[in-house]
This record gives sequence, C-alpha cells and structure tokens, in this order.
Amino acid sequence: MSQRPLSAPMRLPQTDAARRVKRMKRNKRLQTIGIYLLIAFVLVVMLFPFYWMLLTSFRNQVDNVSPTPVWWFRPTLENYQNVIRRNNFFTFTWNSFVIAALSTLIGLVLGLPAAYSIARFKQNGLALAILVARLTPYITYLVPWYLAFRALGLIDTFVALTLTHLIVGLPLIIWIMISFFEGVPVELEEAAFVDGATRIGAFLRVIIPLSTPGIVAASILAFIFSWNQFLFSLVLSGPRTQPVPVAVFNFISYGQIDFGGLGAAAVLITLPVIILTLIIQRWIVTGLTMGAVKG
Amino acid sequence: MSRTAQFIHKHSPWLFPLPAILAIFVLIVLPVIANFILSLYSWFVGGAPSFVGLENFSQALSDWRFWNGVRNTFYFTLVAVPIQLVLGLAIAVLFNRKFPGKGLARTVILLPMVTTPVAIALIWALMFNPSLGVLNYFLESLSLPRSLWVAQSNLAIPSLILVDVWQWSPMIALILLAALQGVPLDHYEAARIDGANSWQSFWRITLPAIRSAIVVAVILRSIDALKTFDIIYVITEGGPGTASETLNVYAFKTGFAFFRAGYAATLLIFLMFVVLGVAMLLNLLRRSA
Repeated sequence: MSQRPLSAPMRLPQTDAARRVKRMKRNKRLQTIGIYLLIAFVLVVMLFPFYWMLLTSFRNQVDNVSPTPVWWFRPTLENYQNVIRRNNFFTFTWNSFVIAALSTLIGLVLGLPAAYSIARFKQNGLALAILVARLTPYITYLVPWYLAFRALGLIDTFVALTLTHLIVGLPLIIWIMISFFEGVPVELEEAAFVDGATRIGAFLRVIIPLSTPGIVAASILAFIFSWNQFLFSLVLSGPRTQPVPVAVFNFISYGQIDFGGLGAAAVLITLPVIILTLIIQRWIVTGLTMGAVKG
Repeated sequence: MSRTAQFIHKHSPWLFPLPAILAIFVLIVLPVIANFILSLYSWFVGGAPSFVGLENFSQALSDWRFWNGVRNTFYFTLVAVPIQLVLGLAIAVLFNRKFPGKGLARTVILLPMVTTPVAIALIWALMFNPSLGVLNYFLESLSLPRSLWVAQSNLAIPSLILVDVWQWSPMIALILLAALQGVPLDHYEAARIDGANSWQSFWRITLPAIRSAIVVAVILRSIDALKTFDIIYVITEGGPGTASETLNVYAFKTGFAFFRAGYAATLLIFLMFVVLGVAMLLNLLRRSA
C-alpha cells in the first residue's frame, strides 16, 4: 500500500530523465555525425588535387580541354606513353635517382659521426650552427655556387648537383640522428670501451647497428628532399643531368599546354615520394620540423 | 690499439664532426662570405667585375622592384601563416579523437607536404586555368562569378596563398596534434565537473597547454613561407608583371635571367637578413612568453 504513492511521483522524473538521456544521446550522435562529416570534408579537400591529377593523366586531350569537367571517361595510357617515350622520362628519373642517392650517401658518411658527436659531447653550438644553415634561404648560396661551378666547368655535372643537394640532406640527417643517438644508452658504449673497443669501434659496431631504424628514416627523408629539390637543379643542371622536377617544369614552356602529359608527369614524380612516405610516415613531421616535434 | 685508433679515440670530440664541419664551411659559410664580397661589385656574368663599393645597396633601397618584392614577401607570409594556424588548429582538434580510419586520415594529410612542389604547382596551375580549370567550374556550380585566379594581378598572391595553405596547414595540424595528445585528460574532466563547457575548456585548458607547440609551428612556417620559391616560380614566375614577385623570385631573376651577379648577391643579403631577423624575433617572443 505504501509503495504506490511513493512510486507514482517517482515515475515522472524518471521518464523525464530518460528523455533527457535520450536527447543527450541523440545530440551526441548528431555531433559525432557532424564531426565525421567535417573530417571527411578535410580529407576530400586534401585529396582533391591528387584525384584531379590522376584524372587528368588518364584523360585524353579532348576531354582535358572540355569547358565543363569530364568526370567519367574511358581511361587512356596515351599520356604516360607520350611522357615516357617522347620526353625521355626514364633518363630524368635516373638523374634524379643518382643525385638523391649520392647526396644521401655522402650526407650519411659526414652526418652520422657529427650527429653522434653532438649527442655525446653535448656540442650544442654546432647543432645551432647547422640549424642556422637550414634556416638560411637556399637561394643565398646559389649565386656564389653558380659562379664557382661555372669557373670550374662543373655546370651540368653530377658533382655540382650532388654537392648542392648535400646542403639539403646533411642538416636533416644530423638533426634527426642527434635525437636518435641521444636515446642510445651511454652504458653500451662504456661496456664496449671496457672490452677494449676504441671510440670508432664502438661507434661502428655498437651505436650504428642500434640506430638502424633512425638511419633508414633519415636516409629516406634526405632522399625525398633531394628528389623534390627544384631551385639548385634549375640553375646547375643541363641536358646531361636534368632531374625530373626541372624536366617537368620545362614541359610547360613547350607552347601548347598538354594537360594530360603534365598530369602524367606529375603522377610519375610524385609516386616514388608517396611510396617512401608510407614507409616512414612517423618521421615526416620530425624531419620537416628539424626535430622540433617528435613524431 | 693502434696508434691512429688511439689518436682518434682521444680526439674524437672534434674529429668526429670535422668532415661535416668542413663540408658545411665550404658549401654554406664560404658562399655567404662570397655574397658579401660580390655585393661590392657590379658584375654582369660573362664580363669583368668592377668594384662599386656600397652602390648596390643604395641602388636596392631606391629600386621599386626591390620594395615590391619585400612587400609581396611579407604579404604572402603574413596572410598565409595565420590562416594555416587557424585551419591547422581546427584540423588538429578535429583529429584528436578516436575515429575509424584515423591512421589513414593522418597519412592523407601528410601527402601535400611531401609531394614534389613542382608537381603541386603544376596541378594547381591546371586547376587555376581561367577557362578550363576545375576551380572555376566549382565557383559556377555554387553560382559564384568565375575568377581569373593567378592571371589577375590583385588575385595572384591570394591564389598562391591558397596553394600554400592547402600544402602546409596539415603540417601545423600534425605538430599541434602531437601536442594535444600530451594534454592530460583529467584536466578536462576537472573542468567539466566545475561546469565549463567545451568552448571554455578549449580556451582555458587546450590552448595554454599547447602554446609552445603553436609558437614552434608558427616560427617554422613563417621562415619557410618567407623563402617560398617553387610554387611561386612555377605557377606565376612572379607575374602577372611583378604582381607576385617576392624578394626570393626577384633575386633569382636578377642573378639567372638578368645575370647581374653583384646586385643579386646584394638582394640575397637583404633576404637572408629578413629571414634570420624574423627567426630571431620570433625566437625572442617565444622566450619572453
């Protein structure tokens, strides 16, 4: 008997609360949908130029110059064939590869001991000097280099391009490896010293093998940055050494714009970079910020 | 232990970095010194240099194209970086939660910053095309008037800023996302119990917690924006006329299109001081904050 009057007034606030919970849940769900839509929008905006680049590369010239965009069409490989055959794309790709690989390799040989030394002996002044070198606009170095290489007859040689691309890769390698070497415990080296190893022996046999993941990441980043480099190659390369970005830039000045060819060329330059990026994504931001941000 | 090995062991603090120091000296320090010497000469490449003292500097200060370059450089940077900061922050907050495909989404926003700038510039140049470009098609679909984009003087820099914002907002987003993940969740919990709404906890908790990351992102972006070359040179070559000619592009043309090595070196000294000056200024602000 006594339960009824008690439970009856209880029911009202209960349903009210249930309704409120329901409304909150619905609001929450709406909010989640809104957030997902926004995320999707960001991704669409980021991807659209790439999507457009692909479409352009697989469309024939008639569709590419249609005043209203043609979204559905029968894809053609014509543009790729043209770029590769007529424009010697593989030669340019090989040039890019040689320059990027050589400058990365030299960058590692010079950069790894330097980074190790900065990390172990706390040579912060040196680290700062390398940072300033990275901050200075590349174009600042270009006029003197051009004059020097011209005097030495080194314009349009791999020597000139590799050396200048070293400026892109070396600071990057040093800065990434500093933070990596700092993470290697000093005790490991000290144990090696006790066993009679010299500094160089410990560096080569203990530190380097332990840092392989960092070295791979740093090398790939240096490679990508050299691959993407445009300014140095624009001035210092020529018919024998032209890397892809300059070759593609020169396509534009051939008079009539071949939209499909440009699209195909853009896809072909970008593809290796995207593949390498997928391998070391965690390190990209670290590399771009010179280690200011840990990935 | 051989004697050489012992010598290296003992002197490793300077022997280890020595090769890199030498390379940096030859490839970076010498050219900067050379620029200062070159700036004292009038030298048409191919001809003989003649000493002119500080004449190049006084010429630059009365050169309208130099000031046009300075103005465009700062216009580009001062508009692009704040927009990138706001959008980057928004993307970071948006991505700072669990959602299906988060890893993939992070990869997607990495793409614009690693893609070869020349390729990015080409694709945007195609999209900007006033008669055939897809951007005008979008404008028309939204019943907005068509635009000339980079072909119109007063729209050239805003259009280039659009490319830069697309390319680099993600970098700020990823820097800030890393910082956001370090903000302790119980701070939000405490704020919620105290009755703060999400807007208040954003201003009172999130922003102060990631302030130093924001400053780092702004410093890095500002320095790189001041130096932007590839997308400007490929898309507009500084044009129409000199409408989008930054100091960088003007110096490049002076050196490699007009072949005036001495004057180019002078312009580059100004550019170097602008970039390093802004870097130092921003760093001072960071310390004082």
